[in-house]
Amino acid sequence: MQLHELFIAPFAEFAFMRRALVGSLALAIAGPPLGVFLILRRMALTGDAMAHAILPGAALGYLAAGLSLGPMTIGGLAAGLIVAVGSGVVARTTILREDASLAAFYLISLALGVTIVSLRGSNIDLLHVLFGSVLALDDATLILLAAIASVTLIALAALYRPLVLETIDAGFLASVSRSGGVVQIMFLVLVVLNLVGGFQALGTLLAVGMMMLPAASARLITDDMTLMIVAASVLGMLAGYAGLIISFHAGLPSGPLIILIAGFIYLLALIFGPAGGFLRRLKPGRHLEA
Amino acid sequence: MARLRYVITLVLACAGAASGWPAQAQAPEKLPVVATFSILADFARNVGGERIEVTALVGPDGDTHVYQPKPADAKELGAARLILVNGLCLEGWIDRLIKASGARAPVIVTTKDISPQQMREEGRIGPDPHAWQSIANAKIYVANIRDALITVDPGGALVYRANADNYLGKLDVLEKDVTAEIAKIPPGRRQIITTHDAFGYFGTAYGFRFIAPEGVSTETEASARDVAKIIRQIKAQNIPAVFLENVTDPRLVKSIASESGAKVGGTLYSDALSSPDGPGGSYIEMMRNNIRELSAALAQ
Repeated sequence: MQLHELFIAPFAEFAFMRRALVGSLALAIAGPPLGVFLILRRMALTGDAMAHAILPGAALGYLAAGLSLGPMTIGGLAAGLIVAVGSGVVARTTILREDASLAAFYLISLALGVTIVSLRGSNIDLLHVLFGSVLALDDATLILLAAIASVTLIALAALYRPLVLETIDAGFLASVSRSGGVVQIMFLVLVVLNLVGGFQALGTLLAVGMMMLPAASARLITDDMTLMIVAASVLGMLAGYAGLIISFHAGLPSGPLIILIAGFIYLLALIFGPAGGFLRRLKPGRHLEA
Repeated sequence: MARLRYVITLVLACAGAASGWPAQAQAPEKLPVVATFSILADFARNVGGERIEVTALVGPDGDTHVYQPKPADAKELGAARLILVNGLCLEGWIDRLIKASGARAPVIVTTKDISPQQMREEGRIGPDPHAWQSIANAKIYVANIRDALITVDPGGALVYRANADNYLGKLDVLEKDVTAEIAKIPPGRRQIITTHDAFGYFGTAYGFRFIAPEGVSTETEASARDVAKIIRQIKAQNIPAVFLENVTDPRLVKSIASESGAKVGGTLYSDALSSPDGPGGSYIEMMRNNIRELSAALAQ
C-alpha cells in the first residue's frame, strides 16, 4: 500500500504525470545511445554546443508563431543542421579545427537566439525555451518525441556497423568504404533531431543532460559496446522516472530534477563503476596474461 | 537655420531648467516623463495629454518583475523631468537603474495613499504590487500622477486637472460597468485559476477568488506536486475556468485544464498592456477585456 502510494499512485491519479513519464522514457530510449557514440568519438561537448545552436531557430519559430510545436521544431532543426554542417565545412576548408569552429558557431547562435527572443519584448518566455516544461506535454509533443525515438532507433540499427567502425577506427573504415562522411553527417542529424525533441520537454540546456549523463555513466559501468548502449538507455529511463517521482513528492521542479538524478547516477558510477570507476582504478585487478 | 533653431532650443531648455520650467509654459517641447511599465504610462498619457511625452521602460506584454534594463532606458531616465514608479516592490531593478543613469528628476511612487494588500511570494509575505487591478486604486494612481505633474510643471496645472477629471469620469463609468457585469455571474462561480498571482486587488474589490497554480511568482518553475495540488483543487471545488495571462507559460495551463475538465478562458491582462492594436491596449480596454473574458467563461 505504502509502496503503491509512493511509486505508482502519482501516475495512476494524474494524466500529466503519465505524459511526463512517457515523454522522458521516449527521450531516454534514443538520446543516451547517441550520447554513448558522442563520448566514444570524443565529441562529448558537441552535444552541448548543438543544444545552444538550436536556440535561434527555435526562437525564430517562437517569434513567428508563439509557443507552438511545429515552427519551433522546424526552426530548431534547421538551425542545428546549419551549425553542424557549417562547422564541418569550416573545419575542412580553413585552418580552424572542428571544435573551434563549433564553439564559434554555437556562441553566435546562442547570442542570436537570446536577441531574437528579447525582440518579442518578454524575457520570461526565454526561460521557457531554455528550460522547457516536462509537465505540459500535449499529444502532438508526445507523438513528436515517440517519432524521433523510433526514427533514431531504426537509423542507429541501420548505421550500427559503419558507425561503430568509424568510431573505433575511422582509418580502417576509410580504407574499405567511402561511407565515413555520410555516416558522420547522418549521426549529427540524429543528434540534432534528439536535442530538438528534448528541448520541448526539458529545454535546450537540459536536453543535452539526458543524452550525455546516462551515456557517461554507462561508459563507467561496462566496456562492452552493446551493453553500454542498453545500460545508457536504462539509466536514462531510471532518471526520468525517479526525477518525476521525487518532483512529485518533494515539490521540486521536474525537468532539473530528472537531470540531477542522472547526475547522481553518474557520481555513483564514477565511484563504483566496474569499468574504470574511481574504486576500480584504486585497486586494479589482475593483469591479463598472454 | 537648423543650427540656429538648435541653439535656441538649447537656450530655452536651459532657461527652463534654471527657472524651474514654468516661465516657458509656451515651450514647444513636451515634458519628458518616464514610467516603469505600460499601465503607468497609460495613466500618465491620459493626465498629461499633449503636454508630456511618456516613455514606458517595460513595454506592452513585458514582465515587469524580471525586466532586464537596457542602456537606452538609462538614457531615457537621465533625460526625464519626472519618473513614475509603482513601488510596493514591483520594480526591484529601478533604484539601481536610476542611480546608474544619474537621473535627477523626482521619483514619484504612484501607489502613495493606497493601502497595500499582502501576498505570499516565494514563501514570504510581502506587499502585493498589482494595486491597479482595482479601479478604485486606479483613481488614486491618477490623482498622484496629476499632483506630481503639477508640481513639476505648474504652468500646466489647469490642463492636468481638466484631463484628470475627464479621465476619472471615464474610470467611474468603467467601475460601474465592471460591477454590473460581475453581478450577472452567480457568486458560486466567481473563482478561477490564473497562471500568475496578480489579481489580489481585483478579487477583494469585486468578490472574486483567483487561485494561482504556481502560487509563488512568475520566476519559479512549477513542480509536479504544485500541478497535482491545483488539479485536485479544481476537481474538489468545482472551479469552472482556467485563464492564461499574457506573461506566463501557456502550455502548463492547457495541460492543467485538459486534465481537470475546467474551461480554458481567454487571455487576462495583468501586469502589462497588450500592443496598442491588441485587446488591452489601454488600462480601460484592459479592464473591459478582462471582465468580458471572465463573463464569457463563467456565465452559465
